[in-house]
Amino acid sequence: MVETVAFPPARPIGPLDQRASHARARPAVRMALVPPGVRLSFRARDEAAIARAAEGFGVALPREACRFSSGGGRAALWLGPDEWMLLASGDPDTLFATLEGALTDLPHSLVDVSHRSVAFTVEGPEAAAVLNAGCPLDLSLQAFPVGMCTRTVLAKSEIVLRRTVETRFVVDAWRSFAAYVWQFLEEARREFL
Amino acid sequence: MLLITCPYCGPRPELEFRYAGEAHIARPEDPSGVEADPWGEFLYNRTNARGPYAERWRHFHGCGRFFNAIRDTTTDFFLATYKVGEPRPDVPARAVASASTGGAGER
Ligand SMILES: [Zn+2]
Repeated sequence: MVETVAFPPARPIGPLDQRASHARARPAVRMALVPPGVRLSFRARDEAAIARAAEGFGVALPREACRFSSGGGRAALWLGPDEWMLLASGDPDTLFATLEGALTDLPHSLVDVSHRSVAFTVEGPEAAAVLNAGCPLDLSLQAFPVGMCTRTVLAKSEIVLRRTVETRFVVDAWRSFAAYVWQFLEEARREFL
Repeated sequence: MLLITCPYCGPRPELEFRYAGEAHIARPEDPSGVEADPWGEFLYNRTNARGPYAERWRHFHGCGRFFNAIRDTTTDFFLATYKVGEPRPDVPARAVASASTGGAGER
């Protein structure tokens, strides 16, 4: 008689799960994981392709440098004059197919990079100060207002940084660098209570 | 930290950038038709100017774009940055003059 054991469906383990669940509470700067989501890298120079992608995605693709637009749980990040990062939740394949369908015959590049990076928030009155421990950008509200996003560096790693509210940033770090980036900021925020 | 003005993103810290050699060097349209000497000239010989120098730079950890810059090699001062395809701008005469008196003496 063979007993069958039903395992629960496998749940992917993120590179920061362990660290995030043990993170100490510090009201000056809190760090928390952003749930896994869909990330699509979209590149195009063709105006028609850019318009069609925005239509299919449901969020305008910003044309101003280093800005993101969002709505309905989705966001489009300007990363370069012909490059955007599209963020969404749900099934990546459906969104991918929708966009590819809308872009048929137009020169473009669309790549699913959902698993390339992990995101977490850095939030609190000292968030900018903690990020500035490793990021040389001017993070004052004048130079880096709400709605701004950019690829930049944090210590020895590249990140995508965006400011969603005055005291909240989202850091998107490549998977294999994520532990380093998290730990770097974790140490930087030890300065604060 | 030195700030470099990306023509797309604005002033950014230098460690986001990568140097990419002298600007305005066009690859011959038909490499196999080029004699060895001019080809070697194209491949290896650079102006290596003292003073204002047109260079390619890339905003590597930013928008990823290549662009051109006029940098004074004696002072490391960026006189201008401009997009690829745009003509080399006339750098302000005063900037050139102060650069040439500042660091260009015989050493
Ligand atoms: Zn740039």
